[in-house]
Amino acid sequence: MKRTKITVAVSGLNNVDSPGPGIPVIRGIRESNVFDARIVGLAYENLEPGAYMHELVDKTYKVPYPGEGSEALLERIGYINNKEHINVLIPNFDAELFAFVKAGHILRSIGIETFLPTLSQLDERHKANLPAFGKKYGLMVPFSKNITSVYELEKLKDDFDYPLVVKGKFYDAFIAQNKEQAEMYFNRVSAKWGLPVVIQEFIQGTEVNVVALGDGRGNTVGAVPMRKQYITDKGKAWGGITLDDPTLMELTHQLIRKTQWRGGMELEIIRTAEKELYLIEINPRLPAWVYLAVGAGQNLPEALLKLALGMPVEPFTEYAVGKLFIRYSFDMICDLTAFEKLSTRGEL
Amino acid sequence: MEIKKNIAISETGFVFDPSTGDSFSLNPVGLEIIGLLREKKTQEEIATLITEKYDVEESAFERYFYDFISMLKHHQILQENEAN
Repeated sequence: MKRTKITVAVSGLNNVDSPGPGIPVIRGIRESNVFDARIVGLAYENLEPGAYMHELVDKTYKVPYPGEGSEALLERIGYINNKEHINVLIPNFDAELFAFVKAGHILRSIGIETFLPTLSQLDERHKANLPAFGKKYGLMVPFSKNITSVYELEKLKDDFDYPLVVKGKFYDAFIAQNKEQAEMYFNRVSAKWGLPVVIQEFIQGTEVNVVALGDGRGNTVGAVPMRKQYITDKGKAWGGITLDDPTLMELTHQLIRKTQWRGGMELEIIRTAEKELYLIEINPRLPAWVYLAVGAGQNLPEALLKLALGMPVEPFTEYAVGKLFIRYSFDMICDLTAFEKLSTRGEL
Repeated sequence: MEIKKNIAISETGFVFDPSTGDSFSLNPVGLEIIGLLREKKTQEEIATLITEKYDVEESAFERYFYDFISMLKHHQILQENEAN
């Protein structure tokens, strides 16, 4: 079968110890039987490893952080598009999603398709809104409250027992055993991710995760559950295994049906000893372990490209159970000239 | 007592629970006992077979057997609702 030539822009090239999903997404696209993709990397930092992985990324451009204003980001994307003629853009950072979702119509007007959640989907699943989300969709979620000052911790003593979880707006979660630890983690995550900080009930159990893709009309295009088997000190999976769990799958299908979810997602769930499933977080994009789904038979990055381009997509009905991923680190040797190009010209 | 139906057990003694992702290694006797449990043998039948085959007192076997069963239950390899 002749593969269709397309150009795909991908961010999240920070394939570090707490990796972005860019490189695993690209690996899925590279394995596609449908697309022959030119990959344009979008990097925020000069040392994002993906920028130097030329067998996976054809060309990389530096882009400004969304925090610098979406105008600057869109201007840069416009410049890149003039050179590269991007067909599809896949943003992979939570922090940049709002800007790209909001700019969907602008991107489309210059020929760039995306396949992202709607603004309301993005907002209602936000970890600060999780209790309302659980109530609306009939899901068990941990009790949580948003606070904007460290002094509010004192007021929460009637609502929470220790341990509790202190979560950043976009990333990071710490288990605090006492008030002193909670204050320390509040200061740490608020300094890094801003306010509010989410204080969440600690649910005892086993964490399981699901990577899934919704077509925006209530259908689940694909879903693969995984349990982390090796966890780094940052709480990231360094190894994981696909599971056979019909209740997890049912929860995922229901959630996508009820929310009409559009795009990739990762569900973070705690299964208690009583086998109750508590939804603790929804990440509104494909996760860094998405290549496990590809290896288990569901090429979700390829399916996402098809959805973005309006092509018909047959939902996946199965995946291999007991497939493992084991992450590893690898030292690339690069010439200074490559670093120089990216840091001075913003292109590599 | 019944081994959970979806549990995969290889002939090398590797046990995989696909619903939790847990895996375990059995020694040859453990593997043999799991095989007997799967054949729906009773505890008495298993005790007779093992004590005839190996040099072990029945009382000692019983103690080890209960330890082993407790471990299987703890790791949810034996289905609780069907365990007796």
